[in-house]
Amino acid sequence: MTITNTTRRRFLRNGAAGLALGVAAPAYLRAQNAPLKIGHLTPTTGFLGPLGEYAQMGIKLAVEQLNANGGAGGRQIELVMEDSVNPQTASTKAERMFERDQVDMIIGEISSASCLTISQVAARYNKCFVNTGGNSDSLRGQDCNRYMFHVETQNSMYVNAEGEFFRSGGMVDGKKWYTLTADYAFGHDLLAAAKAFLDTNGGELVGEDLVPTDATDFSSYLLKIRQAQPDVVALNLAGTQITNFFKQYGEFGLDFTLGGFGFDTVSAWAAGAQNFRGTWPNVWNHLVPNDASQAFVRAFTDAYGKPPENQAWGDYNAGLIMAKAVAEAGDASGDALVAYLESPEAQFDLMKNRKGYFRPSDHQLIQEIFAITALPAGEVKNQWDIFTTSDPLPGSDEPLERLAHSVTGGTCSL
Amino acid sequence: MLGLFIAQVLNGLLDGTYYLLIALGLSLIFSLGGIINLAHGAFFAIGAYLALLITPYVGYFGALVAVPLIVAGLGMVTERTLFTRFYRIDPLYSLLLTFGIAMVIEQGLRWVFGASPQSYNIPDILRGQVFLGDFIYSRYRIFLIAVAAVAVAGLWLLLNRTSFGRIVRAGVQSPEIVGALGISLRPYLSIVAGIGIGLAGLAGVLLSPIYTIHPAMGAEIITLAFVVVVIGGLGSFWGVIIAAVLVGLTKGVLVAIGLSSWSTAAIFLLMFVVLLLRPRGLLGERILRFE
Repeated sequence: MTITNTTRRRFLRNGAAGLALGVAAPAYLRAQNAPLKIGHLTPTTGFLGPLGEYAQMGIKLAVEQLNANGGAGGRQIELVMEDSVNPQTASTKAERMFERDQVDMIIGEISSASCLTISQVAARYNKCFVNTGGNSDSLRGQDCNRYMFHVETQNSMYVNAEGEFFRSGGMVDGKKWYTLTADYAFGHDLLAAAKAFLDTNGGELVGEDLVPTDATDFSSYLLKIRQAQPDVVALNLAGTQITNFFKQYGEFGLDFTLGGFGFDTVSAWAAGAQNFRGTWPNVWNHLVPNDASQAFVRAFTDAYGKPPENQAWGDYNAGLIMAKAVAEAGDASGDALVAYLESPEAQFDLMKNRKGYFRPSDHQLIQEIFAITALPAGEVKNQWDIFTTSDPLPGSDEPLERLAHSVTGGTCSL
Repeated sequence: MLGLFIAQVLNGLLDGTYYLLIALGLSLIFSLGGIINLAHGAFFAIGAYLALLITPYVGYFGALVAVPLIVAGLGMVTERTLFTRFYRIDPLYSLLLTFGIAMVIEQGLRWVFGASPQSYNIPDILRGQVFLGDFIYSRYRIFLIAVAAVAVAGLWLLLNRTSFGRIVRAGVQSPEIVGALGISLRPYLSIVAGIGIGLAGLAGVLLSPIYTIHPAMGAEIITLAFVVVVIGGLGSFWGVIIAAVLVGLTKGVLVAIGLSSWSTAAIFLLMFVVLLLRPRGLLGERILRFE
């Protein structure tokens, strides 16, 4: 049955193509027949579930808006969404999406380990995979792959941006740092980048603890931090651990400067105005003061009753970018998209001051990022606007790639 | 440095309290009915979400009283409608049942409240720290430990100083003889399930201000609670208490000496050693029908 179907479809497609060529119609007309199928995979359960939920909201909104405005290069977009669960399941589901659902590309993911397995499947099918949430440097380094593109910023960019912020405040050279690091690949990656940064800039690491991923209580760590009297406490934690830490940090009355190298606004909102503090790097946040961002915030809030999290920005923009790529390339095949995305004309509006582009050497989206700083609890007006955003980093007079140099993760050869 | 170590030991001792309420309930339900309640953590999560819902209306202290009662009610309904069908068959089935209940509850919470963690604060009156010499401790945690201690003492009195408790203890050892004496255990099973699950609800309210409220929070805490029960010995009241303290202490000391990455592994190692030397747990009673 499937065979007959594909053959019939191929016959129709070839026929249509031949006809289109015959009358020398513009390329997009030929594609108009078939909808563009986008597969979306991201964890919606487990500790990354909260982010995955925002990711799905983001991509759905993007597809709705695109379809209302004529789709991608004239093709309507069909979205297939699934919970990626873990690296093994992610790989199986990616396989099924390419094989059974015949998707043209996969967008999504937050776990770097799952990014890796999906990218391997995508490469086997010569289709694109757009990573919207995996931060690991090795994905852009030794594990890079011709068909994988990264809308999410990589760890070392966040470290450089956050480090820059601390350095400009005189909090690095000769200062004492204490780090808590989630004991898995993401945390180790961040720690390596942070150590390299401290080494280069004269910061002293007076304490570092690895935190098991299932730890919920930080009281023992807080007692140690209090004893060490550091100038800066830096967290390489993720998910609900960050939120637990905020709540307990305040509970134990600690007041050292707080920051970290990986962050999602959902952790700040979950901690609440009373507990959230410090300065954190951020790929985008709902307070970025330009028209495009605020229009997105309004559309998102209208649709879901709350403002978008940075993960929603990632999947929303990945949707828009790929729709534009399909329109420009005139084709959704992996190779055509790669050729377009690597080309110098592939510049994208990202609701930021400057346009972004994928660096051809490792497919990282080079873009401005931000730092958010907690507002004092007294100045907070509602449950969402509990921080302020920095100006874009790097500053407008500096080259966009300045933050995007990696010290870990190996080298990429595409 | 010594001061810090002592502070860590003290903190470790107190840390165990957080699993204690959950572990005691688990142990209680198992020893009377033979049900290993994998959904216990999910009821803990329900407790936390209920606290979130009703605090705006009744305040934190109102929630502290009302939520455990509501959760206990839910527990009794669950016992009546579901557990009761599984008392006489292979425990494997009840394991599957409660595992299923846990998943349904977790996904239900995700549907209703969304996957995003919810914000919940320490009540103003309990904010702040207490200094004992060099030892700093959170005022809220002292309150938490006091409430837990009262709940545990109350449970002990109920089980050891009342006729209700005598029948429950007799039922644990030999339900047939209790039956032969003309006492039906059914209402006792319901009430015990209510108390055990209500304690999980109480833990939910107590821990919400310092942990994160999210749908998977039950799954997060249930494993350690199980380890506590296994180390302490199923059915043993004091065993569970000693085990909770031991687990907290192991964690605290390992973090204190800079081996934090081993702090979870060490707890499982502790369980392994205890099982090797005392398969019934530290103070595990010999319950004939489970041998």
